[in-house]
Amino acid sequence: MSETVIPYMVKPHPVTGLPNGKFGIWLFLSSEVMLFGALFSSYVLIRIGAPHWPPEGGLSSEVLNVPLGTFNTAVLITSSITMVLAWASCKMGSLPRFKMWMGATVFLAFVFLVVKYFEYSDKFHHDHFPSHDNFYAVYFLLTGLHGLHIVGGIIVNTFLLTWGSRMWKTDPEHFTNRVENAGLYWHFVDLVWIFLFPSLYLL
Amino acid sequence: MSVEHHNGNGKGHAHADHGHHELPFWRKYIFSVDHKVIGIQYAVTALVFLLFGFSLMMLMRWQLAYPGQPLPVLGKLLGETAMPGGVMAPEFYNQLGAMHGTIMVFLGVVPLAVGGFGNFVVPLQIGAPDMAFPRLNMVSYWAFLPGCILMLSSFLMPGGSAQSGWTSYPPLSDIAPTGQTVWCLAMVLIITSSLLGSINFIVTIVQLRAKGLSFWRLPFFVHAQLVTAFLLLLAFPPLEAATVMQIMDRVAGTSFFLPSGLVVSGEQLKIAGGGSPLLWQHLFWFLAHPEVYVLILPGMGIVAEVIANNTRKPLWGYRLLVYSVIFIGFMSFVVWAHHMFMTGMGTTMSTFFQTTTMIISVPSVVILTCFIMSLYGGNIRFTAPMLFATAFLPMFAIGGLTGLPLGLTASDIYLHDTFYVIGHFHYVVAPGTLFALFAGIYYWFPKATGRQLNDKLGKIHFWLSFVAINFVFMPMFFQGMAGLSRRLYDPTVYAHGRGVQALNVVISWGAWGLAIAQLPFIINFFMSLRAGARVAENPWHSTTLEWAAPSPPGHGNFLTEPVVYREPYEYSVPGKTKDYSPQFQAEG
Repeated sequence: MSETVIPYMVKPHPVTGLPNGKFGIWLFLSSEVMLFGALFSSYVLIRIGAPHWPPEGGLSSEVLNVPLGTFNTAVLITSSITMVLAWASCKMGSLPRFKMWMGATVFLAFVFLVVKYFEYSDKFHHDHFPSHDNFYAVYFLLTGLHGLHIVGGIIVNTFLLTWGSRMWKTDPEHFTNRVENAGLYWHFVDLVWIFLFPSLYLL
Repeated sequence: MSVEHHNGNGKGHAHADHGHHELPFWRKYIFSVDHKVIGIQYAVTALVFLLFGFSLMMLMRWQLAYPGQPLPVLGKLLGETAMPGGVMAPEFYNQLGAMHGTIMVFLGVVPLAVGGFGNFVVPLQIGAPDMAFPRLNMVSYWAFLPGCILMLSSFLMPGGSAQSGWTSYPPLSDIAPTGQTVWCLAMVLIITSSLLGSINFIVTIVQLRAKGLSFWRLPFFVHAQLVTAFLLLLAFPPLEAATVMQIMDRVAGTSFFLPSGLVVSGEQLKIAGGGSPLLWQHLFWFLAHPEVYVLILPGMGIVAEVIANNTRKPLWGYRLLVYSVIFIGFMSFVVWAHHMFMTGMGTTMSTFFQTTTMIISVPSVVILTCFIMSLYGGNIRFTAPMLFATAFLPMFAIGGLTGLPLGLTASDIYLHDTFYVIGHFHYVVAPGTLFALFAGIYYWFPKATGRQLNDKLGKIHFWLSFVAINFVFMPMFFQGMAGLSRRLYDPTVYAHGRGVQALNVVISWGAWGLAIAQLPFIINFFMSLRAGARVAENPWHSTTLEWAAPSPPGHGNFLTEPVVYREPYEYSVPGKTKDYSPQFQAEG
């Protein structure tokens, strides 16, 4: 481990008002905006080039399961709330309450993935693979990459819930910052879904 | 504070260790979190890949100079599939071309300029103990290296490596052999590494500057690296998205980039269709045009440092340079489709991108003018780094000015995809950026190793390279204006190619000569590493912060926390006893 002391690891920089980690996570999110921005633009381009959308006829809302999608939207929004509560619990100095809310966040993330699993397997069951047509290609690409981001969030949040929380004893402020950074990422993943759901399922 | 500390034995590690035990070998040199070690890892990896990428091109040059003739000795060694009877197979030629471009750009120049010089020099120049996220820094190198190895392994795939050019245009790339999938996967790793690195650079430069080092006191190299990091951060994700889509096209059978009714070898492909090959081009060039500036900006930064140090006068128009580099950064996001004038995307679009392209050439000219003005009236020391930095100016000027006809739609119609284009961008990147990078190696080698590179061998290296490289790239303009297309396996199949075929022989011998010209450098590098003249912390009598640290800097970089008192290039200040007033000395 490096013994070099890096400044502003925990305390905010006087000019930017941010500690290093929070600044870093905002930059990371800006690149994520470009990633999903490129994917959304590609979706728009492919869709306006298609004579009909979905190509095999019907409406997006008939092909995809809107009630399940709506349920998942509610699940993710709730998980964003529990994430904020987990961070607030840290701020108020209560590790047990942090664990409760963070546990709820991870649980809701799993609920989202389980629902997604049922949606996917239903599509596969009807032989609707990404190769079927570009509607399914876009659907699986966007929701798949979003799902990977959910998995990433689960890994980070589970770490903070278990081994990571040992930092609470030695450096509670640094730990709280980490929870905040994980929260910023989680809200972003949530926000991506809020764009994905209407543009894939409803429009 | 003690800046005159003499570091006689060249080993600056012990005193900065704060009494901690030495790290084991694998933590210190392999999985290191120290920005200096990571910088050197990047630089060495990149230099090896530059040599490898260059070798691929030297093979291609045989086929171009002597089409259809068996290559002596090597032809037999490369096997019957690649070179049947010692004659290069067209598929192998395409693989070499695609991999030369990919390796030179993504595995060579960018890792050396950003991963190598950025990592090593930026924290030192801003007076930081390390990068903001040392472990993330280690992760970015260890995402980069597997990406490189994966990229190389694609040569072993059935059907060979990627062969659709470094641009990997679909539909060709979508239906190419397995090597293309490996190319995509390797690119995902390399892009991830770049993203992590760029976050680290921005946070480091903004948050970790030494006391007194305000924005307008940063060396120009740091400004250039900051803009570069923003370009990498925001331009790479669209290519990552595109690469994932190409993987889906190839593996999952989707049709993101495949139009309906595509016919291959007389048979209609069994695909859903409805995709757009142009979509890939837009996503690719949205990265790849900013990438061009990622290639050149760090080079400009190095040239600025070397010129100021060797003319012994302040950089002319320092603030103008900084404004220009920021303006280039913004503009580079709105010029990408000038690579696509020939795709039939419409005259309105072409006019827009032609206009932005003309606008972005202005700040580049401003930067070049500032450098030339910096030479005026200077007391120039023609050291090896200065020779490379001086040669950068006319070489980059040729590269830049020959780009203007390509940015104008009318002349681009004729010149598009000819050897003229190859000549143009190689003048920017090879005698441009690469010369700047060599200047950087000669300039900062003493800081990294505590020993000086041999100046005489450096000058031999420079003059031989300078002559050879112009024999390589200058004739390409004439070939291009004669209409010779790039990526032609046999240039003599067309009548208009036969007239300029003699130039191909000149170019090829120039390229092989250029390889020989690198021998003095390789010898110098290893010889000086063991037996070069030892130096104290400031051998070039420079003013920026990295020269306050011992050579080589130990763990944590500086012996005492550096404080900055002045602007970066205070050379030959009237009334001072020395001709340089370092940023880190209260009384210069």
